[in-house]
Amino acid sequence: MAEWPEGAPHPLLLIAELTYRCPLHCPYCSNPTDIGASKYTDELPAEDWQRVFREAADLGVLQLALTGGEPMARKEIVDLTRTATEAGLYSTLVTSALPFPKRRVEALHEAGLDHVQISFQHADPGLADEIGGTIAFDRKVKAAALARELDFPLTVNCVLHRRNIDAVDSIIDMAVELGARRLELANTQYHGWATVNRDALMPTRAQLERGEEAVKAARERLGASLEILWVLPDYYEELPKPCMGGWAQDAALVQPNGDVLPCQAAASIPDIAIDNVRDKSLREIWLESEMFNAFRGTDWMQEPCRSCPLGRQHDDHGGCRCQALALTGDAAATDPVCQFSPHHDTIVAARREADDPEPAEPAPFVYRDLIPQ
Amino acid sequence: MAFTRPKLATGVRLHRDKVREQDVLLFPEGALVLNETALEVLDLVDGERTLDDIAAVLSERYEGANVKDDVAELLDGIGERGLVVEADG
Repeated sequence: MAEWPEGAPHPLLLIAELTYRCPLHCPYCSNPTDIGASKYTDELPAEDWQRVFREAADLGVLQLALTGGEPMARKEIVDLTRTATEAGLYSTLVTSALPFPKRRVEALHEAGLDHVQISFQHADPGLADEIGGTIAFDRKVKAAALARELDFPLTVNCVLHRRNIDAVDSIIDMAVELGARRLELANTQYHGWATVNRDALMPTRAQLERGEEAVKAARERLGASLEILWVLPDYYEELPKPCMGGWAQDAALVQPNGDVLPCQAAASIPDIAIDNVRDKSLREIWLESEMFNAFRGTDWMQEPCRSCPLGRQHDDHGGCRCQALALTGDAAATDPVCQFSPHHDTIVAARREADDPEPAEPAPFVYRDLIPQ
Repeated sequence: MAFTRPKLATGVRLHRDKVREQDVLLFPEGALVLNETALEVLDLVDGERTLDDIAAVLSERYEGANVKDDVAELLDGIGERGLVVEADG
């Protein structure tokens, strides 16, 4: 194989979105809003996925997220997992646990699946099912028990927003009861369906502060027995995060149809060609595609990033490109989360709106659906 | 607190990263790059050997050097992240 170009990054993570089919309808889903479009229903055959997994390992990928949509909806999930194991990848099944049939999960264990992550929407069954738009809570609890019975390390993931962030304490208790070793409390980031539902989802500053306090107290109480991840929403930061560890630095994402992106939302950026693993190798796409090179490094940066007063160009990589696009219309602009961005007022205004006295009736959700919007 | 009989926690495994030419400990959503010493110790962590057994093997390898404290310290550090646990616990 040709020599690796000097200074080119090696990816660590492959996010394999095996399908956009999913029994849940979470209004904050990070999938694109046009998941029902015909281009996504033409799903990549299993053989192509298997080749992609082997190519990913050769590129230096260590971690594989088998996700979607609902990855268990792909009938070849066991074969795909076996290939990942043979390639040496550390595999995580990111699942809604609908479905999570015992024989199939045992087969996944046999095939070498390393880790199971189950999403929960709330600790209260009724509210959880309302948020997810499906009767699911009890089945998730049973699935978590099955995962533990098979000795999988279990992560519970709960995306936080206005309607569940006040329940952080009971969500933590639930994770302990389920036998989870990790709990991801990921505040909603506003991409995909979450953008459509921003007003209904965005918490107040007071809610966030209470949530953070609850997490701190639980960390002290629980120590190493439960690792709790708490990710602050960008909207309440003054400096941007290095989105995905920097554009096209650590991760590659393959959509159900084989399109390859640096992140979940990158397809929203117009006028950049998207390559597909049906036509090219993952290596060629990673190193040479227009999409992966569009915002790699720092040459693309505009002011104020170019002469960042804090010299953070290599720390935050200018923040999130998709957020810059959504809020300024220009994907190469500084992420408006940044206090130095001339568009920072859009973030401040959204915060202020969230902080307004809560309306008697919460804003209704637009549920994730395959019907084109 | 030192381990008596350490083992890798569920879902934690050693992996040779051929691309970067280094050894790593893989675990849910993460990887820890291991230096030579850490690799040597973790190679012996199997839930069967006691801390004393591990120290004895390494001591023999290094001409009788007393390595027990170093081994204990190294495993405690990794244990704080929940990656190594007590097998007898």
